[in-house]
Amino acid sequence: MAFTLYSLIQAAILCINAVAVLHEERFLSKIGWGVEQSVGGFGDEPGIKVQLMNLIRSVRTVMRVPLIGVNSVCIVLLLLFG
Amino acid sequence: MDLPHHGYRATKPRARAAPPAGDSVLFDDTSSAPPVMNSQGFYTPGHNMAGPPNDMHGGSAVNNLFTDPMANAAMMYGSSIANQGKDIVNKEISRFMSVNKLKYFFAVDTRYVLKKLMILMFPYTHQDWEVRYHRDTPLTPRQDVNAPDLYIPSMAFITYILLAGMALGIQKRFSPEVLGLCASTALVWIIIEVLIMLLSLYLLTVHSDLSTFDLIAYSGYKYVGMIFTVLCGLLFGSDGYYVALVWSSCALMFFIVRSLKMKILPSISSDSMGMGSNNKPQLRLYITVATAVFQPIIIYWLTSHLVR
Repeated sequence: MAFTLYSLIQAAILCINAVAVLHEERFLSKIGWGVEQSVGGFGDEPGIKVQLMNLIRSVRTVMRVPLIGVNSVCIVLLLLFG
Repeated sequence: MDLPHHGYRATKPRARAAPPAGDSVLFDDTSSAPPVMNSQGFYTPGHNMAGPPNDMHGGSAVNNLFTDPMANAAMMYGSSIANQGKDIVNKEISRFMSVNKLKYFFAVDTRYVLKKLMILMFPYTHQDWEVRYHRDTPLTPRQDVNAPDLYIPSMAFITYILLAGMALGIQKRFSPEVLGLCASTALVWIIIEVLIMLLSLYLLTVHSDLSTFDLIAYSGYKYVGMIFTVLCGLLFGSDGYYVALVWSSCALMFFIVRSLKMKILPSISSDSMGMGSNNKPQLRLYITVATAVFQPIIIYWLTSHLVR
């Protein structure tokens, strides 16, 4: 497997897009991964599932706007250069 | 408008043909051509582009540079712009990573490097694996042989790329693009490994003091093993390659497990809350063991195509 840095960037963009399209109320709440289920007990160790839900929610909040720009740039570049 | 461009484009093939001593002269030549107001400065590079005696022409341009006040003013302006640019770059870089923390990782000396290389290749006799502290700050690698550093991984990475080029050249499969491809493949694997480690440490809420640079350092130590393996493969053929692979894999696995055990796994005596980790300490053990097992796989993956 010969990687280039460009393929790493592509993979990263695809992964972040995948996390960003998980809709909060249509999908995540249905499978029990919504944000209201993450405020669990007040022990000091939150557990894997809560950490994962927090991670998904924070990625969606932070990356929503930059992803618009990055995706547009990517689309234009792919249209121009194949 | 097209004459400076003409001069610049024409000097590029000249720069490749001329010896390196003439390069700086040629560089000065093109940078002084635009601010020089007299037409002679403009036309001489345009007319002499095909001529072989470019050293003589370069010499006259240097004389023009030093005696011309316009060129002097342009040089000073350029150097002040360069200083401003340097300050801006420093400020931007220090927003992303603290340069002091990076300097800590490069504070090594020869004795440390030799001992660390010995430990990487033969860790079974090393007794004390604790990283010593000095009033809450970890000691620099100069004073503590267990501290991670970034000097060995970066040097080993570059040596690995050069060695890969040499190995491919021996097999008559070399071309300059392959070198870049090899470098970026290895870099991408490091990035993937560090990201997976960071993700798993975050998910399991391991409150350790492993920073990103520490993880880069620990995952860069495998390049020492890779270099050793490739060298043995080149010197002793396929059997030597497999023997060296097994040896460096075992040594590296031992090293990684012993080093990371101190940082990731909870130490019962120093835990003030008394609860250890609610998250099933065997998950932390899995992380350590998985990191260790990942190393030989990567070593084999990145070096097997070099030694046939």
